[in-house]
Amino acid sequence: MRGALTLGPLLFNWPAPERRDFYFRIADEAPVDAVCLGEVVCGKRTPFFAADLPAIAERLRRAGKQVVWSTMVLVVGGRDEESVRAVRAAANGLTNGQRGDLVEANDFGAIALLAGMPHAVGPFVNVYNEGTLHHLATGGAQRVALPFELPAESIRALAAGAGAVELEVQVFGRTPLAISARCYHARAHGRGKNTCDFVCDVDPDGLAVETLDGRPFLAINGTQTLSHAIGCLVHEIPALKRMGIGRFRLSPQRIDMVAVSRIFRTVLDGRIEGAEAALQLAELAPFAPFANGFFHGREGAAWVNAKT
Amino acid sequence: MHTDIPELVCPAGTPAALRAAVEAGADVVYLGFRDATNARNFPGLNFDEAEFRRGVDFAHTHGCKVYVAINTFPPAGRPGPWHEALDRAADGGADAVILADVGLLDYAAAHHPNLRRHLSVQASASNAAAIRFFQDAFGIARVVLPRVLTLAEIAALNRQVTVETEIFAFGGLCVMAEGRCALSSYATGQSPNTNGVCSPASHVRYERRDGNLISRLGDFTIDKVADGLPAGYPTLCKGRFGAGGCSGHLFEEPTSLDALGMLPKLIETGASALKIEGRQRGRAYVARVVATYRQTLDALAKGEMPILDDTLDALTEGQRKTTGAYMKSWQ
Repeated sequence: MRGALTLGPLLFNWPAPERRDFYFRIADEAPVDAVCLGEVVCGKRTPFFAADLPAIAERLRRAGKQVVWSTMVLVVGGRDEESVRAVRAAANGLTNGQRGDLVEANDFGAIALLAGMPHAVGPFVNVYNEGTLHHLATGGAQRVALPFELPAESIRALAAGAGAVELEVQVFGRTPLAISARCYHARAHGRGKNTCDFVCDVDPDGLAVETLDGRPFLAINGTQTLSHAIGCLVHEIPALKRMGIGRFRLSPQRIDMVAVSRIFRTVLDGRIEGAEAALQLAELAPFAPFANGFFHGREGAAWVNAKT
Repeated sequence: MHTDIPELVCPAGTPAALRAAVEAGADVVYLGFRDATNARNFPGLNFDEAEFRRGVDFAHTHGCKVYVAINTFPPAGRPGPWHEALDRAADGGADAVILADVGLLDYAAAHHPNLRRHLSVQASASNAAAIRFFQDAFGIARVVLPRVLTLAEIAALNRQVTVETEIFAFGGLCVMAEGRCALSSYATGQSPNTNGVCSPASHVRYERRDGNLISRLGDFTIDKVADGLPAGYPTLCKGRFGAGGCSGHLFEEPTSLDALGMLPKLIETGASALKIEGRQRGRAYVARVVATYRQTLDALAKGEMPILDDTLDALTEGQRKTTGAYMKSWQ
């Protein structure tokens, strides 16, 4: 199995020009098979870059990459629901046409709207077991990105019973841990969500959260909380492939993601070992240590030395 | 005058708390079995089969219903305990089960079609389309709404959906969308979603250093207070952290939801039931909270406007209360 790479949705609030340049370079240079577009954390950010999305999508398609439209994680009230309906309406045209786009649902409202049409299910939907996976497959899910905290034992069991559903596991990037109605970025700046003034745009990899004794712990991204550590399963890729996982997700950080994707491509192709790849990745991402604890059934913050 | 007074759904972490809640006027008690199948899987809590059956007898004799929370997510390959919990709830005369996992809802609808199904807050169904998904697929009769919604959003939802809704009135407050939070897993390896524990006592350590009491969860310091000052339990999202050069309660203060003062507004949202959180609480606490809410609801039912004072302040976490996400300013 070759193993496909997906670039997950950009979780952070990057300025629109930077976002556009990032995706153009991904389209032109990154060896990824699919790219998720769309705002998943805070609907207030969308208007800043929405106008660029058609050009970004077209450039990705021309480069032979599948465009995946990711929906919001926490959908509450009119504005969020409209955004999901808009994605679905757009998807209707795109996925039924020749373009091969896919919509990735990140909550059960989106799953309901996509019922009966081929779609993907994102990692923010609780797919912990075979029963849930089967139900989603019945509704049209072709691809399911598994929740971040699943241990190897669960991934193995799900892969064994996945049938025609393609399973995806995130192997690089800060790990999303929580979503809220409250904006912690605004709160940290003494503001509320309604008067946030988009303070999240100063932290392209999230706002560092430390314990009172100065130990890095978490990262704030608006209403989302992520790990401080960068989740990294580069050592575990052979094990994941043996389980039957065929697709691997890289989550954008403001580092050279083209280089990151090339490293994962070479690992998937068996051209370098995990240990060497991890060293290269650490040089590219110096702002936080790596963690792989969830995969090994430990606390998510843990780093378990890989067994060869 | 209000004629439709919501059902009062009260916590029963132990048989003693169950009796206290029933005697204080609960319309419903909710409980869990003594394992990871429910989201309050703490030592010394919950019901074995015999206790459950006696509890159902006691509640039903007093005209009170019993809901069973089986609201964690069965791990792949190990659904057994969750299926057994469902079977036990059905056989023991539960009036409803409170479920979150799609696979388990599927199992319940197929194997116990006559057992009433409620959607747990852990399912995070925060919009009308999501609620309809669970209604259409599994015939849920009620949804417990996430604690991320404002009163205005709850009222709007109630106009859009046909299932009953249940909302929180009192008790501990998740500040993150429930069932979608892995903060405690990240620090401890114990998942709220699959192990049924958040910030578990087994991973809490207190340490005295330099005139301070430091509370830790796993390897991480959650709070630090000067010796002699009261130290709260280190629930991760209620801890103090530093960010952007400041430190404090970055996520939420150690506080409890208390919506007693806005009960008429809660009722106006059209919710069918009001829930009191607190299966980890003792019977004296449960008796006092339930009795207060019972009296207030009864007064409202008679068209009286009870004095909604601060009678429960002593029972809130850190003696501080909030109306939480119900007011938009909380966000």
